Amino acid sequence: MSDLRDLYQEVIFDHNRHPRNFGPLPGANRHADGFNALCGDKLSLNLKVEDGIIQEARFEGSGCAISTASASLMTEALKGRREAEVAELFEGFHRMVKGEPYTVEMGKLAVLAGVSEFPARVKCATLAWHTLNAALHQADQPVSTE
Amino acid sequence: MLDPHLWRRQFPILERKVHGKPLVYLDNAATTQKPLAVLDAERYYFEHFNANIHRGVHALSQEASEAFEGAREKIRAFLGAAHVEEIVFTRGATEAINLVAQTWGRTHLGAGDEILISAMEHHANIVPWQMLCEMTGARLKVIPMDERGVLLMDQVDRLLTERTRLVAVTLVSNALGTVNPVAEIIRKAHAVGARVLVDGAQAVAHVAVNMVALGCDFFVFSGHKLYGPTGIGVLYGKKDLLTAMPPYQGGGDMILQVTFEKTTYNQIPYKFEAGTPHISGAIGLGAAIDFVRSVGLENIAAHEDWLLQEATERAQQVKGLRIIGTAPGKASILSFVLEGIHPHDIGTILDNEGVAIRSGHHCAMPVMDFFSLPATARASFALYNTLEEVERLFQAIERVQKLFLS
Repeated sequence: MSDLRDLYQEVIFDHNRHPRNFGPLPGANRHADGFNALCGDKLSLNLKVEDGIIQEARFEGSGCAISTASASLMTEALKGRREAEVAELFEGFHRMVKGEPYTVEMGKLAVLAGVSEFPARVKCATLAWHTLNAALHQADQPVSTE
Repeated sequence: MLDPHLWRRQFPILERKVHGKPLVYLDNAATTQKPLAVLDAERYYFEHFNANIHRGVHALSQEASEAFEGAREKIRAFLGAAHVEEIVFTRGATEAINLVAQTWGRTHLGAGDEILISAMEHHANIVPWQMLCEMTGARLKVIPMDERGVLLMDQVDRLLTERTRLVAVTLVSNALGTVNPVAEIIRKAHAVGARVLVDGAQAVAHVAVNMVALGCDFFVFSGHKLYGPTGIGVLYGKKDLLTAMPPYQGGGDMILQVTFEKTTYNQIPYKFEAGTPHISGAIGLGAAIDFVRSVGLENIAAHEDWLLQEATERAQQVKGLRIIGTAPGKASILSFVLEGIHPHDIGTILDNEGVAIRSGHHCAMPVMDFFSLPATARASFALYNTLEEVERLFQAIERVQKLFLS
């Protein structure tokens, strides 16, 4: 049986109640909107990228505990990272939440590993990451996890 | 009074466990479970007379055709329609609405004409009309509702104009449970010469309808929300309207004669049933209707009303719970939100307790926008649900709050 506590860890509750890097980002030079049609989660992500390094990442929107905590943890993990590293990190994260083997060091993001026991919630955890992908590639259309 | 324990035995799936706990199935507005009578009818067809219909002279084909047409007659009687040829089989309510939009709609609407829908429609009764508006230049107008989820009927007279060609409205809202005064809407629409399509998808398992008494021009529903199979649904249309409408899809069974120069179409309802239909589904739907009639729709409605009332009273005692949709005389649906907890999280935790509900926008995003919500949690009741299950629902809601708010 899948244990709810594997999914809803204290760190996740904490980031849901008090999302980090939440709000507008003046001077942002990368932006994308994400939308999860399944549950109506909406996410707006802003980045400040200088010399290929993500200096700032902030988000706004409304979503479930998993998608909010995932976005919050992601923005924390992005600061100071090179743009080029992001694809690898996303790939690792995606594999982790789908319960597939991964080699990338996940750090604090590892608290979301429990999502793999709840396949219906993988989209919640990856919404922020799909939006990030769109922001870095400057996609015009809002991204969807569908 | 209906004894749900007696009828539960007819639904084998209700015996299963989910996450180690007995299943409490409260997602009946999405789809109902299927009684043995339906499962047996489909299996019997496949075991004894599986054949294509309306073409073979052999015994199996004759028997299959008789069972298929027998189901059509059961549906006619269930809907209180005057003629059996007014019953068209479709894949579901969605396809039935699209059929009307693409056949009747395309031949009867032009630039500047108007279609009137309501603020609480399912996407299936919005999008086909938007597509039709794009093709024809017609305009879509909306009957508003109040914060209880009750249509503002005093606005209807203003919204109906001489340009209104069609009013498409749901009998029961799938997101809110509101039962709409469709008889009054039909009267008003007919007074300005507009046709009326009633979406009965959420209604037919709870509310008795009679096409002749109601007087609607089109009525649609899906089999799977009426204890029947998925992939089978019904379009009812008045005989003269169906006869004048062009066909929907072309193919076999919808023709009388085909040459490379010209094709003559079959009579109604076959004109709208191109290709081999969902034969077992139609037979299963016929069995579902027999089942519902043997329980008695009025008994089902009384039982569900009682459960809804008990659940509503219980819900009003939960701190931080807000019921979405508080119209008087609702049918079988309890939509709600919990303060500080997203409906999707509610859904996952309830599932872990064996309680299946729906969380999301219920294919009614404009309804969510109206209430400024991303989503709601929705418990919906059927004839087999019990008071103990309502209790399990609220125990599970307590668990959600404990987990999130402690």
